[in-house]
Amino acid sequence: MIRIDSVTKQYPDGTVAVDRLSLDIPDRAITVLVGPSGCGKTTTLRMINRMVEPSEGTILIDGVDSRQQPVNTLRRSMGYVIQNAGLFQHRTIVDNIATVPRMLGWSKDKARARARELMERVGLDASFAKRYPYQLSGGQQQRVGVARALAADPPVLLMDEPFSAVDPVVRKGLQDELLRIQAELGKTIVFVTHDIDEAVKLGTMVAVLRTGGRLAQFAPPAELLSDPADAFVEDFLGADRGIRRLSFFSSAGLELLTTPIVAIDSTAEQIAARGATAAPYLLVTGLDGRPLGWSEPGALTAGRVDADRLLPYGRPFVAERDSLRAALDCAVLSPTGWAVAVDAEGRAAGVVSQAAIGEAIRGAHAAGREEQPAPAETAQKVIR
Amino acid sequence: MNVINFVNAFFSDSAHWHGYDGIPTRLWEHVQYSLEALALAAAIGLPIGLITGHYGRGGNVLSLVATAGRALPTFGLLVVTTILLGFGMLPVMIPLVVLAVPPILVTTYEAVRSVDPSPVDAARGMGMGEAGILLRVELPVALPLIFGGLRSAAIQIVSTATIAAYVSLGGLGRYIVDGLYQHDYEKVVGGATLVAGMALATLAVFWAAAKVTVSPGVRRSN
Repeated sequence: MIRIDSVTKQYPDGTVAVDRLSLDIPDRAITVLVGPSGCGKTTTLRMINRMVEPSEGTILIDGVDSRQQPVNTLRRSMGYVIQNAGLFQHRTIVDNIATVPRMLGWSKDKARARARELMERVGLDASFAKRYPYQLSGGQQQRVGVARALAADPPVLLMDEPFSAVDPVVRKGLQDELLRIQAELGKTIVFVTHDIDEAVKLGTMVAVLRTGGRLAQFAPPAELLSDPADAFVEDFLGADRGIRRLSFFSSAGLELLTTPIVAIDSTAEQIAARGATAAPYLLVTGLDGRPLGWSEPGALTAGRVDADRLLPYGRPFVAERDSLRAALDCAVLSPTGWAVAVDAEGRAAGVVSQAAIGEAIRGAHAAGREEQPAPAETAQKVIR
Repeated sequence: MNVINFVNAFFSDSAHWHGYDGIPTRLWEHVQYSLEALALAAAIGLPIGLITGHYGRGGNVLSLVATAGRALPTFGLLVVTTILLGFGMLPVMIPLVVLAVPPILVTTYEAVRSVDPSPVDAARGMGMGEAGILLRVELPVALPLIFGGLRSAAIQIVSTATIAAYVSLGGLGRYIVDGLYQHDYEKVVGGATLVAGMALATLAVFWAAAKVTVSPGVRRSN
């Protein structure tokens, strides 16, 4: 465990970047440091690998003062990922990744074999191995940055706004990739970002820092969203924290209706048999079971569906796997006000109304109040 | 009576190809003077430029020294060093080195200082020592610019090494100095052509050296 023990960083000109900060960073989890510019989050991260030396206080790594070992030995035991990847432009991708193993004295062949293994792990095609950084996109470069940090298999990974320079689509891909890698490797990751959504998505624990380098709140993201410590944290979380909090509730509890689902080739009798459905519309599916669209309201009485005049159904959510936030989003996007649930293969699994989702949200909140989650065990999250 | 005729006459005279005053001898002398001066200038300019560039300090002092160095008239300096030190190699080397150090020093400093700071930060963060950062991260990227500085220094040396002849030494300057004295313009033009050719050859050598040593991943800015 990394323990930051009342650490202060004051620069010679009197600026206080970090003010008596204490944090216990749990092992094998992602701890996110988040806050506005000038809150000292990057300084805090850089004090862990002594790129910045604290003015006061100590940082303990597994109980030992980080100043006990030579600074470069310390740094080689921690992967380091920075904003623009910081790749060495004169080295090929494979040699970039092999940097730390080479410094640790591995043979060239062994280091390169390890580098190729990591390229696969971070989702880079083997054909990139002999290319140079300028031949890669920003997102690919950042994957190389992550692979390079993991090369010597360090127990700790320090990441300083690694995904903030890439576009939102690529960023989401990189975030998902990081969560996947973390599920496989279980590193102790300290991640700095100014993006609260990123913090909530990635963090097992989130430390919100305020300007002047003081800790505002240190909590699991679900708790942060439900119980912000003060007005600053609440303001920093933004207006829609209630909606965002729904990401932490599974859609598994939703009761899906299957009666309004009809296949496109249904006969009049089959449609009439749906007469008792609670939904005002029928969801028409193709022969493969995938949803095509909502039928006109009159379809039920007319006894036939008009395949050319279907209403769009918005974006479906995956039953059981997606969160309540995804389900609510579907219902809001659907013109009928009903969300469509699909199974893992994309076949219609049922439909659910906004009202039913609202009911499930109230139920989830009530359950959340009853059993206040223990801080260490709230890593369970539903990822959309 | 034009330059081409002079050049033709000079190079077709077989007397110019033999003996202690033959083209091969003079050319070889010139190459030696130039290499020696460049090696000395690089030995002074490169380490200082690399270290000051790495730490990003001393830029003002450097530009002061460089301006002063450039302001010194090479020929005047040659006269002074010869008066002080007598005839010999050293009084010729001093002005050539003084001429060549500023471009090497200043470009090396600028080249290292302008390396993108993020790979340097990444290297430091992964536990690379300062010498490793300078030699394995900054130098390879700064190399094209550093070659540029060495190249202009080398060309200046090649063209200025003719002054050695004024103080009784050899080199291609011999033809120019002797030719002027003897009113043998064929010799003057021939010598000048050889100097120009050698300057072009120097360019080619640096181009080839950069081609071989600069990584294809480093996009050249010059």
